[in-house]
Amino acid sequence: MSYKEKIAERAAAEIQEGQIINLGIGIPTLIPKYLAGMKEVIVHSENGILGMGNPCERDTEDRNLIDAGGTYVTVDPGASFFDSALSFALIRSGRLDLAVIGALQVSATGDLANWIIPGKYAPGIGGGMELAQKSRRLIITTTHTTRNGKPKILQQCDLPLTAKKCVDTIITELAVMDIVDDGLLLREIAAETDLDTILSQTDADIQIPKGDIPRF
Amino acid sequence: MIDKSSSLKIIGQLVKDSMTVMVGGFGVPGTPFTLIDALIETGISNLTLIKNEANEDHMGLSKLVEAGCASKLITSHLGLNATVIGMMNRKEIDVEFYPQGILAEKIRAGGAGLAGILTDIGVDTILAENKEIVTVDGEDAIIEPALRADIALIHSAVADPFGNLIYEKSARNFNPLMATAADIVIVETESLAAHGELAPDAIHTPGGFIDHVVVLEHLSDEYGILEHHVL
Repeated sequence: MSYKEKIAERAAAEIQEGQIINLGIGIPTLIPKYLAGMKEVIVHSENGILGMGNPCERDTEDRNLIDAGGTYVTVDPGASFFDSALSFALIRSGRLDLAVIGALQVSATGDLANWIIPGKYAPGIGGGMELAQKSRRLIITTTHTTRNGKPKILQQCDLPLTAKKCVDTIITELAVMDIVDDGLLLREIAAETDLDTILSQTDADIQIPKGDIPRF
Repeated sequence: MIDKSSSLKIIGQLVKDSMTVMVGGFGVPGTPFTLIDALIETGISNLTLIKNEANEDHMGLSKLVEAGCASKLITSHLGLNATVIGMMNRKEIDVEFYPQGILAEKIRAGGAGLAGILTDIGVDTILAENKEIVTVDGEDAIIEPALRADIALIHSAVADPFGNLIYEKSARNFNPLMATAADIVIVETESLAAHGELAPDAIHTPGGFIDHVVVLEHLSDEYGILEHHVL
């Protein structure tokens, strides 16, 4: 199992039966296969779908049915289609139980930066800001560090923010951490790593619970 | 019976340099590729375009931008279009980004005859810079003015001669919003229903918003499946 699949599998365990969820591009798109047959969830796609199903098998694509990333998808029984204003009304009014998205940086207080690196990467915000700010629970799935080994979990983000104090849980290949009232709380440690590795690759204060920390 | 049937010639007759043009679609679904091609053929320039994204490289709206027809693009996300991002970075086109749902609401407000909307989306971010902020119930909110256009280009699955429209699946997206928010609304439709044939309950956009209906004789390859998005 790749590190991305491991993160996706662990994120799937956070999702509850019956929730309305939105899955961002990248690692979150791997989550549905770890829900299949176990938990019924209703998947929302920003381009106007509630009840989105799996990606299409080859040669079953419908030119009028894609997800927000352009992948051809199916719909589950009970699905609905609607316009972009209604799609974001669902997000902003608090009907979206959970969003799982990626990050460039996350701070110990739950600030998220995931849309712009000034001068380098600025493709626009898309739906990310509304998902981050308004979903009832926000899980970040990300590698623990950048490709160059720099920590992505910081005391404070230095990139422009997507939203302040929006993140509830961070799941990386090394750890599961919650954002609590007074900062970052370590909840689980990956089977292949140890506490020292996590601490050395995190540039923020982490509260370590007493006793055995569960493994995943 | 009121008949708004028209031809692609209407594009050249109505769209003028420096106009603001809204274009429906989110990716391929709902993008009026044939109306866009007709617009490129007119050799128009200096347009302000409004669309969720610029389609992918060398397709749809991207062709219009690449042909130098536009000086400004109001959009949400260009992540699948390196060509237009490159043009933006070289300052060959001015790009204004909004959060996707706020772009939708600005257009909805324009179509609803409202001056704008108030939102807390982005209040703690660089998007709030240089924006007017008001306090509502003790909370900061950004004033986002409504968006309207001179022309809206819409794609529907089914239309009738009056312009009652039905969209298909995820091709709905921005189309019904933009169909309310322009002075002149031109729809291209995959099929034309007879007057009175469509069930009133089934109609997504009432024909009162529509000015011209162009029936597509065939669908070009651009409307088809994009191989690089197939599993």
